[in-house]
Amino acid sequence: MRTSILAAADLDELIQSLKAAGYQVIGPVRDDAAVVYDDINSATDLPRGWVDEQEKGHYRLLPAGDDRYFGYTVAANAWKRFLNPPRKRLWRVVRQDGKLQFIPESDSAPPLAFIGVRSCELHAIHIQDRVLIDGAHCDEGYRQRRRHLFTVAVNCTRAAATCFCTSMHTGPRVELQSDLVLTELLDEHGHRFLLETGTDAGHRITASLPLMPATDDDTALAESRINIAREQMLAGPRQFDSSGIHNLLFSNMESPAWDAVAERCLSCANCTLACPTCFCFAVEDTTDLTGDHAERWQRWDSCFNGAFSHVHGGSVRNSTRARYRQWMTHKLAGWVDQFGQSGCVGCGRCISWCPAGIDITEQLQAIAEGDAS
Amino acid sequence: MNPPAIFTVLDRREEIPHTVTLRIQPAQGGTVTPFAPGQFNMLYGFGSGEVPISFSGATAEQGYYSHTLRAVGKSTEALARLQPGDQLGVRGPFGRGWPMDQLAGRHVLIIAGGLGLAPLQPLIEAIVAKPADYLGAQLFYGGRRPEELLYLARMAAWRDALNVELTVDMASRDWSGHVGVVTGPLASAKFPASNTVAVVCGPEIMMRFAVRTLQQRGLDDASIYLSMERNMHCALGHCGRCQWGPNFVCKDGPVFRYSDIAPWFHVREL
Repeated sequence: MRTSILAAADLDELIQSLKAAGYQVIGPVRDDAAVVYDDINSATDLPRGWVDEQEKGHYRLLPAGDDRYFGYTVAANAWKRFLNPPRKRLWRVVRQDGKLQFIPESDSAPPLAFIGVRSCELHAIHIQDRVLIDGAHCDEGYRQRRRHLFTVAVNCTRAAATCFCTSMHTGPRVELQSDLVLTELLDEHGHRFLLETGTDAGHRITASLPLMPATDDDTALAESRINIAREQMLAGPRQFDSSGIHNLLFSNMESPAWDAVAERCLSCANCTLACPTCFCFAVEDTTDLTGDHAERWQRWDSCFNGAFSHVHGGSVRNSTRARYRQWMTHKLAGWVDQFGQSGCVGCGRCISWCPAGIDITEQLQAIAEGDAS
Repeated sequence: MNPPAIFTVLDRREEIPHTVTLRIQPAQGGTVTPFAPGQFNMLYGFGSGEVPISFSGATAEQGYYSHTLRAVGKSTEALARLQPGDQLGVRGPFGRGWPMDQLAGRHVLIIAGGLGLAPLQPLIEAIVAKPADYLGAQLFYGGRRPEELLYLARMAAWRDALNVELTVDMASRDWSGHVGVVTGPLASAKFPASNTVAVVCGPEIMMRFAVRTLQQRGLDDASIYLSMERNMHCALGHCGRCQWGPNFVCKDGPVFRYSDIAPWFHVREL
């Protein structure tokens, strides 16, 4: 691990270095009223000077009053859409004289570089790796994109009200491996980044950058800024002990709290689409008008949709109660059995983007209060 | 997800109304990947979707697979319409099947409801092929009406190796079997409970009552196995649709040992 200082004025050089190395660079941009991850060409695309205000069913961008590039917390959308696209064609098939011929899809996208990945989001990517790469069957397209991914992580120096990574032990400091890690510093000594280089690829990309040595004061300042985010969460209402969640949820499958939340939940699937770890999908088979060409597409789906659990005769999970219970118990309990860790990273997206303002941390509390055991 | 292998329909037999057995072989000829009783394939009819269908033929069959399926939706209707010479896509075999190694030397209770006999047929054929390997075997098979019972012609050959008890909800005048639910004859059957394994496949409600009856008859939960059904789009553990409690039906099942899944089996809408 090498630590150095990159002047904020030179941040664009990092982006250009990635582009010169052939990466498709994706980072935060301001899209009308929200920060979202999208293609970026230069540092001027970044949402400099904006912070996010997030609460239950609430997201606003506000002027920060300073020039920080990464003053916001997590973007509205998750990185998963670039590694595991919302819609992708799996294969085509042609029928000629009654004979079928399948044509596999080739995946020739350029390597991706993500700028601005938060600690919780790195955890989310690793969690999706467990699902899509590490099992008996591997999603080859995902594995390819993942293998060539370059990450520029950013330590959070501020927490949104919806953040609870300290409860899920996924942040705020970046501890999983990242090619580069930035901590944004802004004080009387100027606007700069503490840059940690963690991989050979990171060294290659930063070799041509005008870096300066980091002082102990810079390192100490970075830690104190990360601590601000940590302290904000520790003092907030969404700090809780997550160690007993698995047993709590699985021993309360008939809690009245499920009925209460079902009264509010619209079963709209927003939480699952915003979630950085939700991976469920549907496949759709279509034909053209000649009837001789068919395609199979994979698209994101949600356990909140009726067709998701359809078997002949109808949906297994007919009620919103059953669907919310499935989502939350899978995320926080079943995931542990299946993949050895929780499926929640505490990013808070499901709280902000729920149109009914349902808060997963409050629902946990409600289950705990009604705990029969 | 890789494209399926191309298979050709060898022949098609109408078993009962809306229910056919397809024998399919690789379009390029050659061998097929061996399967275990209780496993399934994903079958794809051109342009009309893909569905999980259990193997229903004997594992000793060489060079082809047998699948019994009922036309209940767009995908299965397209598959049921296939004629000899038509092609289809096949991915598999998938899943964990019946515990064949647990059955040897023990008495086997086979309990099936409706189409649930199809995934049990490979197991039954294994017993019929080597009855001496088992302490004994009984089949309890229930359906709505006599004309909706599967494999009646084949059953004559099974009777040498196992005791067959048939039950229907609604009997016709010439019906000589039981009338009522399949748990009726099960409740009064004779078997050595301490050395018996039960395998159950049918509608969930039928399996719930079968488990209860087996428990009352002295079987322990670790000696009861059942096959679950859930929506599936991939069979690879990726699409997430077949989740059932902490399990994926596609890879942890479809056959589960009851003692492993007892807490989930009675949760409604899971």
